[in-house]
Amino acid sequence: MTQTISVLVENRAGVLNRITGLFARRAFNIESLAVGVTDDKNISRITIIVDSGNNVVEQVEKQLNKLVDVIKVRTLDEKKLIGRELIIVKVSTSTKTRQDVANLCQIMGAKIADISSTSMTLELSDTPDRVDLFESLLRPFSILEVARTGVIAVQKGSGKI
Amino acid sequence: MINGAQALMESLKREGVERVFGYAGATICPAVDALAATDIAYTLVRTEQNAGHMASGYARMMGKPGVCMVTSGPGATNLITGIATAYMDSIPMVAITGQVQSYLLGRDIFQEVDITGACAPFIKHSYLVKDANDIPRVVKEAFHIASTGRQGPVLIDIPIDIQQQMIDPVYPDSVDIRGYKPSVKGNDNQIKRVAASISAAQKPLLCVGGGLFSAKAQEELITLCESARIPVVTTMMGLGLLPRNHPLNLGMIGAFGTPTANRALNTTDLLIIAGARAADRAVTSPKEIASRTKTVHLDVDPAEIGKNFSTTVPVVGDVKVILDQLISHHPKAQSEAWIADLQARRQAETQPAAAPGAGSVTPSYLMRTLGEQLDDDACVCVDVGQNQIWAAKHLPMKHGRFLTTGGLGTMGYSLPASLGVKTAVPDRQTVVVCGDGSFQMFENELATLKAMGTDVKIVMVHNGVLGLVHQIQYSSYSGPFGVDLTGSPDFEKLAEAYGIPGKRISDDGQVDSAIHDMLTASGPYLLICDVDPMTTTSMT
Ligand SMILES: Cc1ncc(C[n+]2csc(CCOP(=O)(O)OP(=O)(O)O)c2C)c(N)n1
Ligand SMILES: [Mg+2]
Repeated sequence: MTQTISVLVENRAGVLNRITGLFARRAFNIESLAVGVTDDKNISRITIIVDSGNNVVEQVEKQLNKLVDVIKVRTLDEKKLIGRELIIVKVSTSTKTRQDVANLCQIMGAKIADISSTSMTLELSDTPDRVDLFESLLRPFSILEVARTGVIAVQKGSGKI
Repeated sequence: MINGAQALMESLKREGVERVFGYAGATICPAVDALAATDIAYTLVRTEQNAGHMASGYARMMGKPGVCMVTSGPGATNLITGIATAYMDSIPMVAITGQVQSYLLGRDIFQEVDITGACAPFIKHSYLVKDANDIPRVVKEAFHIASTGRQGPVLIDIPIDIQQQMIDPVYPDSVDIRGYKPSVKGNDNQIKRVAASISAAQKPLLCVGGGLFSAKAQEELITLCESARIPVVTTMMGLGLLPRNHPLNLGMIGAFGTPTANRALNTTDLLIIAGARAADRAVTSPKEIASRTKTVHLDVDPAEIGKNFSTTVPVVGDVKVILDQLISHHPKAQSEAWIADLQARRQAETQPAAAPGAGSVTPSYLMRTLGEQLDDDACVCVDVGQNQIWAAKHLPMKHGRFLTTGGLGTMGYSLPASLGVKTAVPDRQTVVVCGDGSFQMFENELATLKAMGTDVKIVMVHNGVLGLVHQIQYSSYSGPFGVDLTGSPDFEKLAEAYGIPGKRISDDGQVDSAIHDMLTASGPYLLICDVDPMTTTSMT
């Protein structure tokens, strides 16, 4: 099982280093980590997905809270979160396979970001599960390159952290 | 306009800093120059690590941050052990390091190291200052962070050009750090639950640690344990919270603790842990204890609660305030039978006896005799190794302090810490207990001792080996290897070279008068006590 932790931090040099350093030192495993600035340019939001075994999440939350640069930490309720990940994937295509890839994109709601005579570059923003599915469906077409952002997430409804 | 270094000194003064422990080098010269123009006292150490330990000794006696200041590169890396030691022992400290020019950072120029990066895993917080106008705020924040919540070291790294930058400083009156708001008061409902649990308990037990010294909660501890009738056990960092002969004090827990303290821990029906991590050295089977008994954990650091012990009732806040809150509920346990039983067991514990004529000093007897002769409020600074365990087990504390590093266990801590103690409380009787290995880790500071003209007595357990490792190698490995201290100097002569008188004894028959002579000598003194290297910490 995994859990999604949303962390608001001061948008300053060295903060990300402190956070990832803390995970390394305490032997917490990061499955995914995404950072971006919030509506307040002094504050960044870091979305971290961790393996939730062994009471890890509680310790992660407490240890993160101890960092002076961390303003707020919240473990999101998995049933009530909107989590999205962006994937950009480049597949090798020929005139024969191009249409199949395009069909797949249409079914999955992905976009074609770039196309050449021998390749197509596709993008999809969706739940991590569907991004995984998309990636696996493309595998038979010989994937040249994959880039994924890691998940960003917020809680449903009007509440905020 | 003044420069950044002058603003730094003014900021330190505004935080009440009276002394800095340091070691200069090129990149910290502007700050040293500015310091020289103030009335802040300066102690030159002989290696940077010990500037950290001195600041630690000072902080522990003053209850406020100690300050150390060193140069960039090797100065900063040498200080790392001092910082890590303070971190593991939760000692408030502000460390200042010089740094290369800010515009050259990242190019690996002469004496550049990323010290804020290097210290990240074992420091409460750190700053790399890139504009001198930030110095007053950074200093104010650093002292606030170091001395509140769970105390610890904070590092301020200041490039030399920032120390020289001319500014019109603005000194803030208060701090507001939105990510840092430690709890002070315990949750009222939780406190009520704890009070009710105490009143329902027949075998309550308080397990207290160094956090109570940090919180200055000794009086509250005494009031609570006496009025609620709860016996007390301590961790090594909590030694001295109650006098050894206090009727409710059962002594130290753990592998090196007293049988009665460990028995109480294993049979209690309500374990109240206060200001203690109850880490691996103190409690070897926390799961087993937690599964059997109700546990309450009072601590300023929420992350400690549930880390080593699963806790029935957690209370987060300043332990002094929490204990006061608890006292106001007047809890009283049904514990007289339990107390009587434990007290009888405690009395029956054998006292270390002298074995004159054996040609070797009995460590337990040495420690007991030393403790008995010390002033009531003496401060004992204890190093690491067998000597530490013997002191912890056998040196009877009265109303003084037992300063050791229980968290990092850094050899060489004792003498520098004692010098920090002396700068804080010059009139307190101060004694160092160390081994012959640890002595050789701090012996360069005998020069600092001499320069300070202060009075610290040093008691060395002289067994010719790295005793604790020697003991472990005997019991668990193929035998002793690489622990023989052959090549050690004639310690008496070494002390004499620093103008410090010394004496070497090798029999229990000499212990009593040798300690008397040491304690009545004016000025520093080295007492070398020959101990058979085969003596182990499990013997009494
Ligand atoms: C800086 C440091 N290095 C190594 C150790 C590991 N260590 C713990 S106790 C000990 C032996 C200490 O020897 P000594 O100071 O002679 O004390 P004794 O045990 O003989 O009383 C050692 C090497 C340590 N705690 N700290
Ligand atoms: Mg030794």
